[in-house]
Amino acid sequence: MDVVKAVLEKHQKELDKYKPITVEKHLECRIDVGTLLITDPNDLEDRQIAKNKEEYLAELTRDNTQLLVNAIWELPTERVDESIVAKLPEPTTVLPRLRKPPGVRPMTKWEKFAKEKGITKKKKDKKTYDDVLDKWVPTYGFKHAEAEKDKEWVLEVPQNADPNTDMFQKKMDLRNEKVAKNEIQRMKNIVRAKKVEMPRSGYLGPEAASSNQLLTAVTVAKASTASVGKFQNKLPKEKEARGLGVKELIPGGKRKASHISAQPEREANLELIKSVLNKKPKLNVDKAISLQKQDERLEREAEAGNKPAKKKGKGSRKAVGKKPKGHQGQRAPGKKGQAGRKRR
Amino acid sequence: MKRLTDERTKILFEKLAKYIGPNVQQLIDRPDGTYCFREHRDRIYYVSERILKLSECFGYKQLVCVGTCFGKFSKTNKLKFHITALYYLAPYAQYKIWVKPSYEQQFLYGNHIPKSGLGRITENAGQYQGVIVFSMSDLALGFGVLARSTTECKTADPLTTVCFHQSDIGEYIRAEDSLF
Repeated sequence: MDVVKAVLEKHQKELDKYKPITVEKHLECRIDVGTLLITDPNDLEDRQIAKNKEEYLAELTRDNTQLLVNAIWELPTERVDESIVAKLPEPTTVLPRLRKPPGVRPMTKWEKFAKEKGITKKKKDKKTYDDVLDKWVPTYGFKHAEAEKDKEWVLEVPQNADPNTDMFQKKMDLRNEKVAKNEIQRMKNIVRAKKVEMPRSGYLGPEAASSNQLLTAVTVAKASTASVGKFQNKLPKEKEARGLGVKELIPGGKRKASHISAQPEREANLELIKSVLNKKPKLNVDKAISLQKQDERLEREAEAGNKPAKKKGKGSRKAVGKKPKGHQGQRAPGKKGQAGRKRR
Repeated sequence: MKRLTDERTKILFEKLAKYIGPNVQQLIDRPDGTYCFREHRDRIYYVSERILKLSECFGYKQLVCVGTCFGKFSKTNKLKFHITALYYLAPYAQYKIWVKPSYEQQFLYGNHIPKSGLGRITENAGQYQGVIVFSMSDLALGFGVLARSTTECKTADPLTTVCFHQSDIGEYIRAEDSLF
């Protein structure tokens, strides 16, 4: 009996070394075996934490781990190469996404415009009836180009165009141009959606740059000297680039000129006025003639004022003597009698 | 209130010179204090510096109008005078045109002046010369641009336009909201 007792005692001692596999909890833990996750909804004990935090937490973790292991052992197991294997079920916990969810796709410029104006897409039929070919022709895609070729096998050269122009080539060019334009617009839409900073100045090439961009590039280039373009020559009718955000690009320009400056502004203004007024006027023939006429008239008037003329009317013709009157001369007796003055 | 850029100042003076010639200097060179041109929301204001200093207290958004509005710059950088400028232009006018009393009202409703409405005209005015329009009793009514030179006026039909209407004092009522 002693032996049995000793053995039992020894076994008991060995058992005491290990904690029991049953764990008691006030609230049941939520176990998701699929992800090997256990969530303990029970409150932590404040007193235990205050007394010995590390030990208490280690204990708690062991208990919970035990529960998880128990749950795993409940699964059907099998033996593979001398080890016991359990197949985990599908995880039930929903894990949050790693990255932020994608937002709404930003609208393209056309979509935005169409929405504003209330334009909706009209669905076109897949095939349309062609009057010229007298058959149904695909609106787009497979065999559309072929039908187009059949339809426009000859093209008219307009009256005002060079008779040797290749109208087919012209048509193709037009189409290629459209495709290129669409590509540019697509790129612009991407840029707009990503909110990437794009260079607003710089030479984009004669095909791509608009006149405004060219003007901006010229203005910026001119101001990009050591003296910020102060001594650069100007063309007679040169314009400076203006517009939103252009000023920031031009070096040397101040964002805000001061509101008030005492003397210099007035002086500068007067100088500018002088230069404006001293501009050589264009030769205005009409005005010159009218001025000349006025001068002449004034001269004449002055002359007339110097020697007051009694006579009115034409001064150039000189009236010499009196108008001859009739009935006053001596009659020539030999002649035929004529009464009164001579009538002509 | 911004100072005008060099380009805009030049445009302004060129336009002023069109109407009042060398008298532009008198607007800047005044014995009664310093006057200057300022820009606010594309409008040109002619302000005494004393008033300008007072206006500094107000922000860009609060400020509606300071001094006299002379005109407005269009988006293509062209200046158009408002009728409010007439008070400063009329005394310095070099070329004048007088309208007959019968045509005064027509002009004040924004119509061009035909030969039949023409009372008197300054000698030697060329075509497209900026002129100030007066009534026969020498009251400034507005300003315009000559469509015909003075010499051409003499031979013109009674119905041909002599002076293009640019601005008239009727605008004080017609365009009250956009004037200042």
